[in-house]
Amino acid sequence: MKSALLFVPGALFGIGLLLSGMSNPAKVIGFLDVAGGAWDPSLMFVMVGAIGTFAVINLLVHRRAAPLFGGCLPGARARGAIGARLLIGSAVFGVGWGLLGICPGPALTDLATFDREILVFVGAMIAGMIVSQRVLGADVVPTVVAPASPPPQVAQSQ
Amino acid sequence: MNWEAFTPWSALLGGVLIGGATGLALLLNGKIAGISGVLGRIFRPAPGDAAWRVWFVLGLFASGLVAFALYPGLGEVRYGLGLGGVALAGFLVGVGTRLSGGCTSGHGVCGISRGSTGGVVATCTFMAVAMLTVYLQRHVLGASS
Repeated sequence: MKSALLFVPGALFGIGLLLSGMSNPAKVIGFLDVAGGAWDPSLMFVMVGAIGTFAVINLLVHRRAAPLFGGCLPGARARGAIGARLLIGSAVFGVGWGLLGICPGPALTDLATFDREILVFVGAMIAGMIVSQRVLGADVVPTVVAPASPPPQVAQSQ
Repeated sequence: MNWEAFTPWSALLGGVLIGGATGLALLLNGKIAGISGVLGRIFRPAPGDAAWRVWFVLGLFASGLVAFALYPGLGEVRYGLGLGGVALAGFLVGVGTRLSGGCTSGHGVCGISRGSTGGVVATCTFMAVAMLTVYLQRHVLGASS
C-alpha cells in the first residue's frame, strides 16, 4: 500500500504546525492582531521557512520525470487564474480564520485534544467543504496548471 | 510588538518541516498537499485518489495525539468563542477554502513557492480579511477584553 506512506508527510506537517505555534489559536490571533499593541510576528517566519523549503524541493523534484510512486508531476510553476471564486472564497476563509484562529491543518492536529470546540469546528468545516463542492460547484485547484508550452521556434532549435 | 511571545526560531523550524512535508508528498505521489484540498477531496475523490488523502490526514491527527500525550501543555488550547461561533468559523473556513481552491498551505505555501499569482492574491486576501476580522472583533465590537 503505497498510499499508506503518505502518513509520513502528514505527520511531519503536523509536527511543523505544533512546533511553529500554528496549532495554537491564541498564537495565531496574536499574529493577526496587528493593532493590539502586542503583535507577535512569529508566523511570518513559519511562512518564510515553509515557502523557502518547498520552493527548493519543488525545483529538485522537477528534475525527475515522474514522482516516486508513478503518475505525473504538476508543473514546476503554477499559473492560477484569478477570478471571483478565488477572491470571494479567500475572503470568506479569512473571516472564519480570523474569528477563531484555526485554519484546516491545525484543526486536524488539534482534533487530537478531543475538545468539544474542535470537534464542532472540524464537523462544520467538512460540512462547509461539502457545500462548496456539491452546491457551489467548487472543485477547482487553480494552482495546479501545466506550464505553458514553449514557443514553436524554440522547439525547432537544437 | 510582543517580545515575550515572539518565537522566531521554532516558527522558522516548524515552517521548514511544513515545507519539507509538502515537498515529500510531491516527491512521493506528485500531489500538491494543501490541507483544505487534501481533506475536501476525500469527500469528492477521483477513482483511486482517496486513500493517500486519508493517510495524510491520519498523520496530521497522529502528530497531535503524540504531541499532546508527551507535552500536555500543548493540548490546553483556548478558544475565544462559544460553540455557535466555533461552528460558524468552521463552516466559513470550509466553504471559503474549497471555493478559492486553497488555504494557508495550498495558496500560502505551495502556491507562492510555485510562483502562482493567484496564490499570492489569495494569501494577501485571506490574511488581510483575517486581520480585519480580528480588529473588528477585538477592538471595535469588543468581543474579548
